[in-house]
Amino acid sequence: MAWMAWTLPTAIFFCTIACLLVLFTVLAIKYPETPRMGVLRIETTRGDRLFITLLGSAFINLAWLGLVSAPQWGALIVCLVYAAAVFRWV
Amino acid sequence: MEKTVNQKAWFLVLPVLLLVAFSAVIPLMTVVNYSVQDTFGNNQFYWAGLEWFKELLESERLHNALGRQIAFSMIILAIEVPLGIFVALNMPKKGFWASVCLVLMALPLLIPWNVVGTIWQIFGRVDIGLLGYTLDALGIAYNYTQDSFAAWATVVVMDVWHWTSLVALLAYAGLQSIPDAYYQAAKIDQASRWKVFRYIELPKMQGVLLIAILLRFMDSFMIYTEPFVVTGGGPGNATTFLSIDLVKMALGQFDLGPAAAFSLMYFLVILLISWVFYTVMTNLDKRDGV
Amino acid sequence: MADASLNKTASRGIALPKIKGNVVVMVLYLTFLLLPIYWLLNMSLKTNSEILGALTLWPNSLTFANYATILTDQTWYMGYVNSLIYVVLNTVISIAVALPAAYAFSRYTFMGDKHLFFWLLTNRMAPPAVFALPFFQLYSSVGLFDTHIAVALAHCLFNVPLAVWIMEGFMRGVPKEIDETAYIDGYSFGRFFVKIFMPLIASGIGVAAFFCFMFSWVELLLSRTLTSVAAKPISAIMTRTAGAAGQDWGVLAAAGVLTIVPGALVIYFVRNYIAKGFALGRV
Repeated sequence: MAWMAWTLPTAIFFCTIACLLVLFTVLAIKYPETPRMGVLRIETTRGDRLFITLLGSAFINLAWLGLVSAPQWGALIVCLVYAAAVFRWV
Repeated sequence: MEKTVNQKAWFLVLPVLLLVAFSAVIPLMTVVNYSVQDTFGNNQFYWAGLEWFKELLESERLHNALGRQIAFSMIILAIEVPLGIFVALNMPKKGFWASVCLVLMALPLLIPWNVVGTIWQIFGRVDIGLLGYTLDALGIAYNYTQDSFAAWATVVVMDVWHWTSLVALLAYAGLQSIPDAYYQAAKIDQASRWKVFRYIELPKMQGVLLIAILLRFMDSFMIYTEPFVVTGGGPGNATTFLSIDLVKMALGQFDLGPAAAFSLMYFLVILLISWVFYTVMTNLDKRDGV
Repeated sequence: MADASLNKTASRGIALPKIKGNVVVMVLYLTFLLLPIYWLLNMSLKTNSEILGALTLWPNSLTFANYATILTDQTWYMGYVNSLIYVVLNTVISIAVALPAAYAFSRYTFMGDKHLFFWLLTNRMAPPAVFALPFFQLYSSVGLFDTHIAVALAHCLFNVPLAVWIMEGFMRGVPKEIDETAYIDGYSFGRFFVKIFMPLIASGIGVAAFFCFMFSWVELLLSRTLTSVAAKPISAIMTRTAGAAGQDWGVLAAAGVLTIVPGALVIYFVRNYIAKGFALGRV
């Protein structure tokens, strides 16, 4: 496993994603998903919205890194706002 | 067909899941790990944070490679899609000649990609290649190893040669699914050739064309072997596309950190585009299904 | 339709040349496709002095020496053997794991099926260049570097999703009543799958196998990265020759022609399914 060069931050990162996946699986079992039509005019389920959130967050972080010279946690705040917006309206 | 809900189906998917996880998830995790570290070999890693990402986002080299990549993908889409449709419309509908056309057209698709490169490398040479020789004899200065315009033209023509048949075959398959009754109705209405195309053939080809565009866009976006063999990314950096640049960085210079950061951003772009196409595709299916 | 009468005369006017127009377009296009291949074949049958001398449209001094060089030199022909070994391994693995998965996708809905399907698609779309470096590290660390199985497993990355997609498309065409009747008749799942279901989708399996074979055969980047000597594929041997100064054009051309042969041989059998395969089973 040495060649994979694990570090604590990346380990935490992947654990978070794994936990999110488990959480949404549990949610899907407890409260079955119902697709709905959002502002994007496409049907999305809870899992789709999680994917949109994660992918969008990656791009927000990159944009923040490239365009804004402020500390990175600023991008995380934007991501949280974005996530809330996605889960509310998409 | 109505599908039944069966959670045990997961067991049938499990082998695929394990295999693809082994060959996709583990490497991707490794890439993420590398992307935040610096190394001087011997598995000695040092924390670098987001430095590589920042450096790459501001690097001229990546911007240029991305610009060339997008230009290349757009050019070949603009040529291959209309040309492919045009060829499909002119193909024989059935019989012996239809088979001949199908087989001959599929031939370039089955040639190993580096051989495609070799074929055009030879074909375009001024001294021994038919194309280069002819152009030279006509008085056109053509040298794909020196002149960046000639290099671009060669790479684009090569890709058109290699992949237009794919668009044509898919469009042809779409055309085959149109019942004869449609054409007869159009004939009775005395619809023009253009109207037949616009209102009968194009809608029927929509689904397959979308797949063709998706495949052509994705495959051209990650093109590596063919231009690498023909031009090696040159002259200078004129035909250094994203994958060529990445391989140069990762395996040529063994800069694990920047190469991994590069890979991740590359992958994110691909993921976004795949998702958009997939969503559009499934929604089209749904609309047609109703 | 105000311009209907106009169109009628127009279409009558071009009715005769229209058939010809089709033929002209196809002849031009096929010439464009075949000319470079013909040139490769032409060169492979020439001596090097003829290649480098005056340009000739067909071999003046026909020779098979270039092919003889490849078929008698072990470093050359072992390249083909290596390629064939990992390609066949990859095809067998891909089809074996994709069959049950495709069945599951075509017959059942289960939690996360759409996401799983999409995830498989992204692997087909992922650039091999992204995976070249981690694969190199991964297979080196588990001691599989420079083995056939390493390349076969690496190619599964894009071939397994492809096989699942293609076979799912074929399986959707088989009515579900067949499954149900078989279960009522007391068939177990395994026996039903092998005895009844697989013969029904034999053409689908064949097409999927063909596509796995093909994409593994044409791929260079990963197979070159993961091998050095023992499992070196023919395509990598060719690039090395092409990179050397003062190269042997005739042998290079002959090697190229020989790599086209396997594809050209089987293409006839799958000609009607090629579009379906490329469309990931969705035509």
